[in-house]
Amino acid sequence: MLAEGTLSMRRSKKNNRGSDEPRRPRGRRAPIIELNDVTKVYPGGHMALDRISLGIGRGEFVFLVGPTGCGKSTLIKMLIRELTATEGSVKIAGRDIGKLPEKKIPQLRRNIGTVFQDFKLLPDRTVYDNVAYALQVIGASRAEIREQVPQTLRLVGLSTKLHSYPDQLSGGEQQRVSVARAFVNHPPLLLADEPSGNLDPVTSIGIMQLLYRINKAGTTVVVVTHDREMVDNMRRRVIELYEGRVVRDEVSGGYTEESTSEFGLRMRAEMGVGSEGEKLTNGHSHHDELS
Amino acid sequence: MGRLAFFFQEALRALKRNGAPSMAAIVTTVVTVVLLGMLIPIFQTAQGKSEEVRNQLSVQYALFPDATKAEINALQQKLEGIPHVAEVTFISKAQALKTLESELEDKRIVEELKFNPLPNSFEVKPDDAANLPAIQKAVFPNGPKGQPFSSIINNEFDRTFGQKKVEQVTSALKIILTVITALLVLASLMLIGNTIRLSIYTRRREVEVMRLVGATRWFIRWPFMIEGVVVGFAGGLLAILILWLGKITIVDPLSDSVSVLSAQSNSTLGFPALIAILFAASILVSTIGSGVTLRRFLKV
Repeated sequence: MLAEGTLSMRRSKKNNRGSDEPRRPRGRRAPIIELNDVTKVYPGGHMALDRISLGIGRGEFVFLVGPTGCGKSTLIKMLIRELTATEGSVKIAGRDIGKLPEKKIPQLRRNIGTVFQDFKLLPDRTVYDNVAYALQVIGASRAEIREQVPQTLRLVGLSTKLHSYPDQLSGGEQQRVSVARAFVNHPPLLLADEPSGNLDPVTSIGIMQLLYRINKAGTTVVVVTHDREMVDNMRRRVIELYEGRVVRDEVSGGYTEESTSEFGLRMRAEMGVGSEGEKLTNGHSHHDELS
Repeated sequence: MGRLAFFFQEALRALKRNGAPSMAAIVTTVVTVVLLGMLIPIFQTAQGKSEEVRNQLSVQYALFPDATKAEINALQQKLEGIPHVAEVTFISKAQALKTLESELEDKRIVEELKFNPLPNSFEVKPDDAANLPAIQKAVFPNGPKGQPFSSIINNEFDRTFGQKKVEQVTSALKIILTVITALLVLASLMLIGNTIRLSIYTRRREVEVMRLVGATRWFIRWPFMIEGVVVGFAGGLLAILILWLGKITIVDPLSDSVSVLSAQSNSTLGFPALIAILFAASILVSTIGSGVTLRRFLKV
C-alpha cells in the first residue's frame, strides 16, 4: 500500500467510497490539526503569525480567509513542514510536526494533499501522467497506479481528457487535475491554497463542488481564499486571520447538510450564475457518484 | 525494478531537454579523457626516461697517481661512509682507458698514446639524484676549488653533465602535464556540475511537485545523479573509442620506427589497464560533479 500506517491519520477504507457517514463530533479523537500558541517570525523580524491557537476536527470543511499578508500562506506552509513555528506547537493527528525528524517529512506530506493557485502541473506530461507522477514518486506499484489514477480522474470529471496536456486544458480543468493529483492517494487531509484564485466564479464553484465532494467522502479540507462571497455561501466554518491573529472563527450563514448536487445548485443560485455554468459537463454523470 | 526504470527514464528525459549543456559536458569529458589518455603514456615514458637518467647520475673523483693501495682503500671506506652514498666503484687507469676506447669512434687515438694518461678514480653513486650535491659538498667542503676531505683526491670530474639537463627537462615536463591534466579534470568537473545545476533549474517544477507529494530525498536525487553519471559514461566511452582508433591507426604503425613510442608499450601500463583507469576516472569525476552540485543546489 501507499504510505499506509506511517502516521495514524488514515481514514478507514470504507470511507473512501463515501458513504455519508455522520460527522464525528469534535474532541472525541485528536483533532487532525491543532495549533497551540503558534508564532512565526521570519528572519528580519516580520511576525507572520502571532500566538495562534486553533483546532480542526476530522472531516471538517474549513475556510481560512483574510487579506494578503495576514499569514494564511505561512500557516499552510507550516502544516506541510515547509516552515517551522518559531514558538508554539503545530500538531497533525496529535503529533507535533515541528519535532518531526527530517526523514519523516515525506511521510507527513504523503498524508496531506495540496492544491495551489498556480496548479503546479508538469507541462510536458499528460493529465494521466501528471496524476500518476504523484504515485510514482512515492513508490507506488504499477497496479496501484493503473487502478487509482483513472478512478481519481473520473472523480474529478476528467476521464475523457486523460491524454491531453495541461496547456490544452482550461484553467478549471487544470485545477481539477491538480486536485486529482493531491487526492490520488486518498490523504486524510487536503489543503487548498487559493484553489480558485485564477478562475472565474463559475469555474470556481465547480472546484468548490469538487472539494465539497471530497470532503463528504471523509477527507478534512482546508481552503485558503479571499473570495468572501464564496465563503459566505458555502455555509461552512470560517477562520479569519488578520495581521497574524485569528479575528473570527464561526460557521457562516448556518451549517447545512446537503448532497453535492444540491450544494452546486444552491451555490450557483446564490452567486447568481446559471446552472449551465459548469463547462465541464462531459464528466458530469461521474461527478455525483460520491455525493 | 520499476523504480530504477523510473529514475533512468527521468534522467534521460532531462538529458534530452537540456540537449546543449549536456552535449557540452559530454564533449568536455571526451576531450579531457582523450588528453588524459595521451598524457598518461607520455607521462610514463618521461618518468621512465628520467628514472634511467637518475640511475646514471654519479660523480667521479680522480686520484693523484702517487696514492698507495692502502690510501685508496681508506678513501673507499671514507666515501662509503658519506650519507646517501649508494655505491662506490674504483675505476683503475686501465679500466678507464678501456672505457674510453669503447666510447671513441676512432680507436687509433688510444693506440697512438705512448702511455695511459688517465688517472685512477672513484665513481660515487648517490641513492637519489637529489642527494648528489650533498655528497659533493661532503667531499669538497669548501667547493670544487677548495681542499678535498682526502689528500689523495686530485679533482672532481663530472661525466654526466648532459644527463642533468635531461632530468631538468623531464621534471619540468611532468609538472606542466600534471597542471594541464588537473585543469582539464577541474573543467569537466565544473561542466558536469553546471549541467546538473541547469537540470535542477529546468526541473524545479518536478522537484517541487515531488517534495509536495512526499517523495524522499534520495528519490528526488537519483535521476540527477544518474544524469551526471550518464554524461561521464558517454564521454568516457566516446573518448576511449577515439583513443583506440588513434592507437591502431597512428601509434601502432609508428612504434616500430620511433623508439619513444615502443618504449612506452613495454613500460608499466598496457592499453586495457589504461582504458579501465580512464573509464573509472570519467565516471568518478561525473559522480563527484553531480554529487557536489546536488548537495549545494538541491534543497530538499
